[in-house]
Amino acid sequence: MSSVTVDHVSPGHGHDDHHHAMPTGWRRWLFATNHKDIGTMYLIFSFVMLLEGGTLALLLRTELFEPGLQFFRPELFNQFTTMHGLVMVFGAIMPAFVGFANWMIPLQVGASDMAFARMNNFSFWLLPVAALILTASFFAPGGATAAGWTLYAPLSLQMGPGMDMAIFAMHIMGASSIMGAINVIVTILNMRAPGMTLMKMPLFCWTWLITAFLLIAVMPVLAAAITMVLTDRHFGTGFFNAAAGGDPVLYQHVFWFFGHPEVYIMILPAFGIVSAVVPAFARKRLFGYASMVYATAAIAVLSFIVWAHHMFTTGMPVTGQLYFMYATMLISIPTGVKVFNWVATMWRGSMTFETPMLFAIGFIFVFTIGGFTGLILSVAPIDIQVQDTYYVVAHFHYVLVAGSLFGLFAGAYYWVPKWTGYMYSEKLGKLHFWFSLLSFNLTFFPMHFLGLAGMPRRYADYAAQFTTFHQIATIGAFWFGLSQLIFLYAILRCFAGKGERASAKPWEGAEGLEWTVPSPAPFHTFVEPPEVK
Amino acid sequence: MKKWWRGIPGACAMLVGGGAWAQVNDMPGGPKVNQLNLHEGVTQIAHDVMWLHWMMLAICVVIFIGVFGVMFYSIWAHRKSRGAVSATFHEHVGVEVAWTVIPFIIVIAMALPATKAVVAMKDTSSPDVTIKATGYQWKWGYEYLDGAANGVKFYSNLSTPRAQIENREPKGEFYLMEVDNPMVVPVDQKVRIITTAVDVIHSWMIPDFGVKQDAIPGFLRDTWFRAEKVGTYRGQCAELCGKDHAFMPIVVTVLSKEDYAKWADEQKKKMAAQADDPNKDWTEPELIARGEKVYGANCVVCHQATGKGVPGSFPALDGDHIVLGPKAEQIKTVLLGHPGTAMPAFGGQLNDVEIASVITYTRHAWDNKGKGQDPTVKPADVKGAR
Repeated sequence: MSSVTVDHVSPGHGHDDHHHAMPTGWRRWLFATNHKDIGTMYLIFSFVMLLEGGTLALLLRTELFEPGLQFFRPELFNQFTTMHGLVMVFGAIMPAFVGFANWMIPLQVGASDMAFARMNNFSFWLLPVAALILTASFFAPGGATAAGWTLYAPLSLQMGPGMDMAIFAMHIMGASSIMGAINVIVTILNMRAPGMTLMKMPLFCWTWLITAFLLIAVMPVLAAAITMVLTDRHFGTGFFNAAAGGDPVLYQHVFWFFGHPEVYIMILPAFGIVSAVVPAFARKRLFGYASMVYATAAIAVLSFIVWAHHMFTTGMPVTGQLYFMYATMLISIPTGVKVFNWVATMWRGSMTFETPMLFAIGFIFVFTIGGFTGLILSVAPIDIQVQDTYYVVAHFHYVLVAGSLFGLFAGAYYWVPKWTGYMYSEKLGKLHFWFSLLSFNLTFFPMHFLGLAGMPRRYADYAAQFTTFHQIATIGAFWFGLSQLIFLYAILRCFAGKGERASAKPWEGAEGLEWTVPSPAPFHTFVEPPEVK
Repeated sequence: MKKWWRGIPGACAMLVGGGAWAQVNDMPGGPKVNQLNLHEGVTQIAHDVMWLHWMMLAICVVIFIGVFGVMFYSIWAHRKSRGAVSATFHEHVGVEVAWTVIPFIIVIAMALPATKAVVAMKDTSSPDVTIKATGYQWKWGYEYLDGAANGVKFYSNLSTPRAQIENREPKGEFYLMEVDNPMVVPVDQKVRIITTAVDVIHSWMIPDFGVKQDAIPGFLRDTWFRAEKVGTYRGQCAELCGKDHAFMPIVVTVLSKEDYAKWADEQKKKMAAQADDPNKDWTEPELIARGEKVYGANCVVCHQATGKGVPGSFPALDGDHIVLGPKAEQIKTVLLGHPGTAMPAFGGQLNDVEIASVITYTRHAWDNKGKGQDPTVKPADVKGAR
C-alpha cells in the first residue's frame, strides 16, 4: 500500500493510507481531532439539550394551563424557568452554532481542519461535563437555582448549592465558548485557501468571525459577574449587598454587558446561514454582500452600547434612559438592511421552496416580527409598561426560536446531504416546517396580548382573566415540542443511510467550496488547498 | 373491536369543561378577560404610553406589510415553476443607501415623542403626597411620609385564600390581585412613590397608572402618578423575587380628597389604638394567642402551618434545636435574619411584643409543646437583645 504516488492524490480520494488512518470505535469520538466528527458531536449534544430544555418548557406550560397551582410548587416552577433558560441558551443554541462552525467553516474557506484540533476536542468535551453538573443541580439540597436565567443578585445569593453548581457549569461552558471562538478566528484568518480573500468568504464565515470576537469579549464579563455572586455567597464580599457598600444593580450592569452581545452571538450565525440558503434557492447571488458584512459588524459594535435597555425599570437618570433608548433604536437600521437585502435577493430570482428555503423564509418573516417588537420595546416608556411581562417573553422567543432555531433548521436541512451523503425526506421536512411555523405562532403570538394586559413573566399562577391565552399557548407549545421529533426522525434517517443518495452538489443554485467535495464529505478534505479565483 | 381513540374528544371536552369554573368577568382595575392591548389607564403617562404604542405599532405594521408584500409577491411571481429566470443584479448603491437613510429618519421621528414621555415620567418633583413602598419576600409595606396621612404605615398582604390557589375552593372575582390593606391615595394629586426593598429586588407596578419601578434593597428609587379617576387599581410584583413572586400583588385605592382625609384620620386613630403597650405584663397564653396571628401573617408561607417547613428549602421549626434551645439564639435569628438564606431580619418589621409572642408561640406549637428550654419569651427579652 505504501506507494510513492500517495503524495499526488487529489483531495477527496485515497485518504485511507497510513498517514491519515481513520480512528475507529470510542477513540474516534473521545480523542476526536477531526473537525467533522467534533461538529457532529456538538450538533448531537445541542439537540439533546434542546430536548431537555424543551421538556422543561413543557412542564412550565403544563402548570400554566389553568390558574391555580396544579402540578408544581412555585419554588420548583422557578427552578424550571431558570433551567429552561440556561439549558436553551448555553446548552442548545450556542453549541449548535459551534457545531455548524466546526463542520462548515473549514469546508467553506478551503482549510483541511480547524486551526487547533486538540483544543477543539477539549472545548467540546467540556460541554457534556458542564451539562451534567447543571442538570445534576436539580438533585442538590434545595434543588436547582431558581433565580431566573439572568441570576440577578441578591436573589441568587439566597439559593442553595444548586446555584454554585450552575455557576461552575457556566464557567466551564464559558471556557468552552472562548476556546471555540479562538479556533474560529484563527482558522478564518490564517487558513483560508489561496485566493479566498476576506470579502470573498461566504457570509456564514463572516458572521461567525464577528460572533467569535463578541464571544471573546463578553464571556469573561459573564464569568466576572457570576464569580462576584460566588464570592458574595461564600466569602463575605459585598459586591451586591448595599449594607456592605455594594449595589445590586451593579450585577445587572455587568450581566447585561455580557447579555446583550450574547443575544447577537445567538443570532448572527443564523443570519449567515440564511444568507447562504436564500441565494441558493433563489438561484441568484446574494444582494448587497458588502453591506451585509458592514451591517453585521455594525450590529456587533452597537451590541456593546445598549445593554441598559434591559434595565429601564431600575430607575436610571433621565439622560441614561434617553441615551440607551436612542442607541437601541439604531440597531433596527442594520437589521433592516439585512432583511431588505434578503428580500432583494429573492426579487427576480428563480425560486424553489425546498425545506431549507422554507425555514429561511419562515426565519425572515417571523424574525422580523420579533425585530419589530424589539423596536417597540426600545421606546423606554413602552418598555417600562411591559418590562418583565409576557410581551418580553414573546419578543425574545420570536427572535430566539423563530430566529436562531429556524436558522439552525434551515442550515441543518441545507447541509445534511453534505454531512451524511443522503437527502432528507422532503415530505418530512415540509411537515416539520409547517408544524413548527404554525405551532410556534400559536404558542407565542398570544403572549403579546398577555404582556400588554400586564401578565408578569416567571409566574406560577395567574389571574383567571388570562386563562384563554395561556391555554392556547400551552396547546401550541406541546404541538411545537412534539413537531421537533419529526426533525429528529428526518435527520436520523439521513444518518442511517435511508433516502436518496446526495450528489456532491445537491442544490442547483448552491455556491461555495463545500459543494466541491463529495457527499458525504470525506474524513479529510482540502489536504491540499483548493485555488479560489 | 372498539376504537379506543373514540373516547379522546369526549375526554378533551371533559378536561376543558372541568377547567371552566364560574363565569370569569373583567376585573375592575385589573385585566379584562382576554385583554388584547395595554390598560386604558387613568393617568396622563398611561395615556401617553398607549398613544406611543399605537404609533409604533402602526408604523411597524405599515413597514411590515410593505416589505412582506414585496417578498410574497416575489415568492409568487419569481418562482422557477412559473418559468422565472433569475436576474444577475446583486448590488445597487442608491437603493442600499436609501434603505439605510430612510429607516434612520423614521427612527428619529419615533424617538421625538418618546423623549417627551421619558422626561415626563422621570419628573418626580413637587409631589402632593409621598409614600414609601417597601418590597418584602412576599408582601409590600407602605409608609406615608407627608400630608394628611403622615406617619401612617402598614403591610399589604395577598388576601386570596390559600384554598383558592390550591384549587380547593372556586376562584374569587379578584383572584391573586387582592390585598388585606390597599395603598390609599387621593384623586388628582401628584403621588410620589419611593421604592426600596429589604431582601431582594421587587418591582412595583400598576398598569393603569403606567408605572413600574424596581424596589432595590438598600437603595431608594422613585416614580410618580396622578390618578384622574376614583377607583381601585391592581398590579403585581414584576421582578422575580423567589417562590411567592406571583403572590404579592399591589392594590391602590384612589379616593376623593374628602374621603382620603377621612381615611387618613381613621388610620391614625387605629394605629394609636393598636400600638402595643410595652409596659403591659403579657401572660403566656396571651403571648401564644398573639404569636399565632403573627406567625400566620409572617412565617407560615415558608415554615408552613404544620411547622414542618419545606424540606431542602425552608427548615422545620417543629422539633428544631434552636426553637427548643436557649431563647437568645432564636431571638437573634428572628431579629437579624439568617444571612444567605431567605430568612429575613424581622427586627425592623415587628415590634418587641410581636417578636416575643411569635417566638413563644413556636416554642409551644406542634410537638414542641413548651418542652424545650425557655418556653416563654417576654417582650423585655427582645428589647434587651436589640
